[in-house]
Amino acid sequence: MAENVIEVKEVEKTYYRDRMPIPVLRGLSLAVPEGDFVALMGPSGSGKTTLLNLIAGIDRPDKGRIIVAGTDLGTLPEGQLAKWRSRHIGFVFQFYNLLPVLTASGNVELPLLLTKLSKKERRDHVRAALELVGLGDRMSHSPRQLSGGQEQRVAIARALVTDPTVIVADEPTGDLDKQSATEILDLLGRLNKEFHKTVVMVTHDPRAAERARVVHHLDKGELD
Amino acid sequence: MGLLLSYSLRNLAARRMTAAFTVIGMGLVVFVFAAVLMLAHGLERTLVSTGSSDNIIVTREAATSETVSILGRDQAGVVKTEPEIAVGPDAKALTASEIVVLISASKRSNGDAANVVIRGTGPEAFTLRQDIKLKAGRMFAPGTSEVVAGRSVAKNFEGCGLGENVRFAGRVWNVVGVFDAGGSGFDSELWGDAEQVQQAFRRPIFSSVTARLRDPGSFDAMKRRLEADPRLTVEVEREREYYEKQSRATASFIRVIGLAVTILFSMGAMIGAMITMYAAVASRTTEIATLRALGFTRFTVLRVFLAEAFLLGTLGGVLGLVAASFLSLVSVSTTNWDTFSELAFSFSVSPGIIIGSLIFAVLMGVIGGFLPAVRAARADIVNSLRKA
Amino acid sequence: MNILRLVFLNALRHKLRTALTIMGIAVAVLAFGLLRTVIGAWYTGVASAAPDRLVSRSKISITFTLPIAQKEKIARVPGVEGVTFGTWFGGVYKDPKNFFAQVAIEGPVTFAFFPEILVDPEAVKTFGAERNAAIVGSALAERFGWKVGDTVRLVGTIYPGDWDFVIRGIYRGRDEATDVGTFYFNWNTIEQRMAQESPGRMGQIGWWIIKIDDPARAATISKAVDTEFDNSSDETLTETEAAFQQSFVAMAGTIIVSLQIISVLIVGVILLVAANTMAMTARERLSEYAVLKTLGFGAGHILGLIAGESLMIAGLGGVLGVLLLFPAVEGVAQGLKAWFPAFPVDPATFVLAAVAAFVVGALAAVFPAWRAMKVSIVDGLRRID
Repeated sequence: MAENVIEVKEVEKTYYRDRMPIPVLRGLSLAVPEGDFVALMGPSGSGKTTLLNLIAGIDRPDKGRIIVAGTDLGTLPEGQLAKWRSRHIGFVFQFYNLLPVLTASGNVELPLLLTKLSKKERRDHVRAALELVGLGDRMSHSPRQLSGGQEQRVAIARALVTDPTVIVADEPTGDLDKQSATEILDLLGRLNKEFHKTVVMVTHDPRAAERARVVHHLDKGELD
Repeated sequence: MGLLLSYSLRNLAARRMTAAFTVIGMGLVVFVFAAVLMLAHGLERTLVSTGSSDNIIVTREAATSETVSILGRDQAGVVKTEPEIAVGPDAKALTASEIVVLISASKRSNGDAANVVIRGTGPEAFTLRQDIKLKAGRMFAPGTSEVVAGRSVAKNFEGCGLGENVRFAGRVWNVVGVFDAGGSGFDSELWGDAEQVQQAFRRPIFSSVTARLRDPGSFDAMKRRLEADPRLTVEVEREREYYEKQSRATASFIRVIGLAVTILFSMGAMIGAMITMYAAVASRTTEIATLRALGFTRFTVLRVFLAEAFLLGTLGGVLGLVAASFLSLVSVSTTNWDTFSELAFSFSVSPGIIIGSLIFAVLMGVIGGFLPAVRAARADIVNSLRKA
Repeated sequence: MNILRLVFLNALRHKLRTALTIMGIAVAVLAFGLLRTVIGAWYTGVASAAPDRLVSRSKISITFTLPIAQKEKIARVPGVEGVTFGTWFGGVYKDPKNFFAQVAIEGPVTFAFFPEILVDPEAVKTFGAERNAAIVGSALAERFGWKVGDTVRLVGTIYPGDWDFVIRGIYRGRDEATDVGTFYFNWNTIEQRMAQESPGRMGQIGWWIIKIDDPARAATISKAVDTEFDNSSDETLTETEAAFQQSFVAMAGTIIVSLQIISVLIVGVILLVAANTMAMTARERLSEYAVLKTLGFGAGHILGLIAGESLMIAGLGGVLGVLLLFPAVEGVAQGLKAWFPAFPVDPATFVLAAVAAFVVGALAAVFPAWRAMKVSIVDGLRRID
């Protein structure tokens, strides 16, 4: 298969709660080839979300290296890391995290504000992304007027509108009913198959994990 | 209620930063409120303590201050022989005929000119006013250009310290002593020999006659008789009341301006309290609904939030008062517009000011917290619980 | 859509809180403006002083009079174009609370020294012809409801007795800073009464008003006038009208300084109200900021969002406060007219109020923005609610 788009090497990460060290990742290594669909599973506290955050460049390891899309994230200062994220990562949250004051199209347009696209280009991109997730007719609805599944689809549109290298999803179906969950998983599958996006997904749900090509099980900060 | 109060306290502690902003805001307002009242009170107290209630002061009719009062020597002489006046150990009547003029002098602090009272008097001045003591140097010698300075004048004006000299009315006057009048208006005066002052200023007149009464009860009768005396055109007043009146315009000015400002000011702080309390209510919708579901009444919820607002106000009030109490160490001086002369005084606190400031602070808190508390009390249980 | 729209929508999110904050800031800006106006009212005398007028008073203090005989000598001093005089009367109208300035002047000629006093020439003529005529300022007339032809009785404090005057004219000011609260009458009225009651007090005036040909030579001419009376029994102190007025302002130095301190404290209260709102707002939105950061927005964007909202709220509060300032000044002028003849709102007050609102908006954002920028994305995301 193609080259590895994600390489995690010997990564360690420890959190502190009330000054008590809680080791989360202990020398974990992982490689994800380009175009892959990976599910990370494991019990609570196994470190799967932490691993996802590290890959997405919103957290940094204590030790070890993380290379995503050819960049060693450890070498980037905060400002450049932010820029890098806007270019390479599309993030889907469990609780959608749409800005309540903005409409669906406003939310999808947000990451495009960081690009040099013109107003019209931005509008076209937003429309295309929302149509792709099947919400072309909900452009000017506010998040409050949408169902959970629809909100998550807006969030996916927001994640893909910048055409990122990797889409990371943190329990994207965790808060959804069965029907909506299936729709979301279909959508992620399509992104992987039709658009050849690399997808890394943290999940509890075995049915969600089934959609992935590879399932990694984490336990106590290590891959099984 | 004890449990609920500690619940309120804990809630404030949990929202430390917001609560602190609000308390500091209200503290500032209370500080200004108290400071203004302390300033006006200090001014009044200084002038009230300037007189003794056993003494009377005789001035020309309708003269609002000693500086504009003119009594001929003959008039002063008539007053001095009145039978109600007490007699001193030396068998002389306890009276002082004094001439009061204003000179323009430079302040030590910035060189600005201000009017200082020169009181031409005699040794009787000290006999009549027992509270006033020479604290350094000696008494001026009669018949010389010597003066003694009140301690505020000595401190605040160029050339008025002990051993220094000051030039006015074409002469050089040596300051040979400094007296302490216990924070009264006399501390802001220079005293010299009456005849010398009359000569230097070419005013062969007196401004006032001050006398000690044998029996303070005889005041009314004496006042009626003297004011009706065809040889005289005078007004007789108790010394204390006379000086107290001279604080009115300036003290009421300070109050009008100060209170107008504080009221506006307090609206800002009340709005701050309201914002804090609304946020407290909003962030605790579930808690409130839970309390209600447990059987607490709307009234109890209202009380809990009002108690919280009350605590905010009280804390602000205490903070402001503590800060303001340090002001009593500060001495200020300004022109008293009633007499047109510079008067030194201190910020002065009174029980009334303390109570008033605390009530003011609590009112700010409770008024600010009322609407939010009502909103909390009216919250719908089911909806609030579902929102969680 | 753009970031500004997001700022705007965010500010509208808690409408009540935003409205309250705007009101709080408006009230504080209003208080600030009022205080500045009150402080400014002290200086109206200084501001309206003409550069080509000198005032000469007794060197001992303003409460000492000067002999009328000095007039000839002053008039002869090179550079002096004209000399007239004023005398403080200090009478009481009904109650001492009704304080206002009463000045006995030389006669109609004195009005020629004050081009800022606008008065009907006919009234001035009558003023010269009738012994007990008075010309009063428009603010004073309004305060007591006086009309031309009314008789006003003053009780003298410096010059004893009852004094009746008939109002023959009401003057207006050329500009806002002009004192329109003074009661002018003829000095001869005093002189004639003194001739009967205490001849020793005749021929005395309060202060000389000297018009000079060249304001640049004010210092030289002042000195020349004073030299004229050096070592006489009536030494003078001559200064520009502005310096003379300033000496009265200096007398109230302490009060002015206190008011200035209070006006700074007021800005402190505005700051606390605004900072409180922004701190709450930013805390509630920490997770949203984390989302934005995840999307690739940098610290600068977060700062912009918070500071933008803060500045917008402070700006609106500032504008509202300034708009309220005009009616409020009217109200305060009613309450304080016994003390101040004029209450002009200084344009600098608007600038300062705007600056204060801006500084408050910026400062209120500092701490919340710093916190929002500093919180790691992971921590921010965890704090949902």
